[in-house]
Amino acid sequence: MIEIRFFAALRERVGSDSLTVTPPDGVDTVAALVAWLADDNASVAGALEATPRYMVAVNEVLSQEQAAVRDGDVVALFPPVTGG
Amino acid sequence: MKIHVAVTDTALVPAQPSDWLRDAGLSGAMVQFSGQVRDEQGRVEALHLEHYPGMTEGVLRTIVDQAGQKWHLNGAWVVHRIGTMVVADDIVQVAVSAPHRQDAFAACAFIMDLLKTRAPFWKKELIDGRWIWVEARQSDDEAAAAWLQAASAREPS
Repeated sequence: MIEIRFFAALRERVGSDSLTVTPPDGVDTVAALVAWLADDNASVAGALEATPRYMVAVNEVLSQEQAAVRDGDVVALFPPVTGG
Repeated sequence: MKIHVAVTDTALVPAQPSDWLRDAGLSGAMVQFSGQVRDEQGRVEALHLEHYPGMTEGVLRTIVDQAGQKWHLNGAWVVHRIGTMVVADDIVQVAVSAPHRQDAFAACAFIMDLLKTRAPFWKKELIDGRWIWVEARQSDDEAAAAWLQAASAREPS
């Protein structure tokens, strides 16, 4: 299982702050996970479409789309950060 | 090097960083930055900040550790506010102490520039009774990238 977390505008667009998913074998990168998720879940697909630029963290570390994901990971998707 | 990193939903106290960093003669320099809520020509009625608990503290700590490796620092304080605040409230405090001013100025700017582009905080503004998410700025990305490019240019080939 992989926990997906959403923050800020992306969370509001998805309508949920987290999802727990079990992607099929072969979905082993952030990019593959996001593509599979968008195929599987219409509200995620719509939210991603409305958020052209987003950032990714795997297990609370900023990551790139080609980063590996595996069972037990927490993958967070969020709009570019705006603190400070 | 002493380090204080925190996220809080209560008002920031302007004198706290310098009181905490004071070190009886070890440091010759202290630089403090504080960021405040702008009113944007009277349009902004309130600001709300959310963050990613756990990741935020880890990212801030990593940024401070990087600053401590790049410059000679004796102390660093980073406190960021979350929740709802009003115009002119302090949002963030970054303060550093160092033997010399150049290190203190540079480290304070570096920590702020990386915080703006790496730490998972998001702002929304209350304008005309509606909450609107603040968009990230290209100029903030460029400021952070400039520090990282300067670092890689100095790496031995």
